[in-house]
Amino acid sequence: MKFTEEHEWLRVDGDEVVVGITAHAAEQLGDVVFIELPDEGTTVSKDDEVVVIESVKAASDILAPLDGEITEVNEALVDEPGKVNEDAEGEAWFFKMKIEDMSALDDLMDEAAYKKYIG
Amino acid sequence: MSDLKLTPLYDLHIALGAKMVPFAGYEMPVQYKAGVMKEHLHCRAAAGLFDVSHMGQVILRADDPEIAKAALERLIPQDVSGLTEGRQRYGFFTNDAGGIEDDLMFANRGDHLFVVVNAACKDADVARMRAALEPEVTVKLLENRALLALQGPKAEAVLAEHHPSLAEMRFMDVATVPIAGAECWVSRSGYTGEDGYEISVPLAAAKDLAQALLAHEDVEAIGLGARDSLRLEAGLCLYGHDIDDTTSPVEGGLTWGIQKVRRAGGDREGGFPGAARILSDMADGVSRKRVGLLPEGRAPMREGTELFASADAETPVGTVTSGGFGPTVGAPIAMGYVNAAHAEVGTALFGEVRGKRLPVSVAKLPFVAAGFKR
Repeated sequence: MKFTEEHEWLRVDGDEVVVGITAHAAEQLGDVVFIELPDEGTTVSKDDEVVVIESVKAASDILAPLDGEITEVNEALVDEPGKVNEDAEGEAWFFKMKIEDMSALDDLMDEAAYKKYIG
Repeated sequence: MSDLKLTPLYDLHIALGAKMVPFAGYEMPVQYKAGVMKEHLHCRAAAGLFDVSHMGQVILRADDPEIAKAALERLIPQDVSGLTEGRQRYGFFTNDAGGIEDDLMFANRGDHLFVVVNAACKDADVARMRAALEPEVTVKLLENRALLALQGPKAEAVLAEHHPSLAEMRFMDVATVPIAGAECWVSRSGYTGEDGYEISVPLAAAKDLAQALLAHEDVEAIGLGARDSLRLEAGLCLYGHDIDDTTSPVEGGLTWGIQKVRRAGGDREGGFPGAARILSDMADGVSRKRVGLLPEGRAPMREGTELFASADAETPVGTVTSGGFGPTVGAPIAMGYVNAAHAEVGTALFGEVRGKRLPVSVAKLPFVAAGFKR
């Protein structure tokens, strides 16, 4: 798994990456009550706002980690946003995307670096 | 560099794993380990303990208690003189324009009045009372007492184990009762919509009392996050958000809190700041009203969300003043002000969230029925 400074995780799955938020981020957000996902097929640039996530406390945006195209979204989360608090780094993935430049993944943090990043 | 004040339960909050945030000049627990959702649901199902020591506790005293009661009536549109000993009432300080300066609880404790005001307003409230009431009434802000609230359907049973008389109190009764060895001033009231108690306790005894209550299996500590969602479900106003110095009590839907004797035609009609506007608002109606709002989808409509009569209308007809997710309702809930023409329950409106017009309807308040022991 790779990690961004925005507390997203990315897992390579064939020629796609699966994206979600880290357990640490989910804990900071608190109970998640609403998720708005992008449309499948959307072309996104790094740092575009692609997902809206609202907890009992506030709304936050999830940014596209890299340039690419959204190929699939996890519709189950829309009905059960609380899954993000239960299994942030597993079942509660947000979307899959095709990355234009897979080598860009090399610039992201690995797990050890992310653990250090969040202290 | 922090000059935030701490309550006597600060160490206990930390030990309980609270996430602390600045609130009204204090460092306060916004949630504990369980999180807002679980804390909220626990309070509705069993009992929740809240530290509300940041709120202002004030004693008003005069040579004759009737003087203090009559004097307070100069600042609030409530019937103070008619409040019998051992009873409490909800009230609000008004300004000359008929707006609300703060809301409060006041109790007749025999030889004095006991007033509880919001933390963010307490210095202004004390100054206001001193300016208007002294020297015939002494105004004393208590720095030597903490304030705890125990709220929820199990609160009565929990407190009855400490003193059986507490179970006999009715909603809005006040009494002096020893609990866990400390002289407590107890009222059967709160701000969650649940049955419950607020307990004023000497500072030195506050932590022991909190720990004694938390030792009960039905009691969990509840933070400000759940306090907010609980009061929103109960349709209760948060000062500075749902009511403020520009909203009249009539617009705010608080006319019920103005007793007959202070209304037009009453024996002590008017005589409070802004009486002209407030009494004319009551007679003639108002152009905007506070209402409950139920978003149709799952997206919460937060404070500041503009409300429109249609999906393409240009001018808003209202604004959300409190909004979020109601854990007991299981859906987003909100309240806000809308033009009177759109205030009827069931009216279909649109809230603009992130540039999209989402359907929302005017709903009856409260969202969750109150559990008071009347």
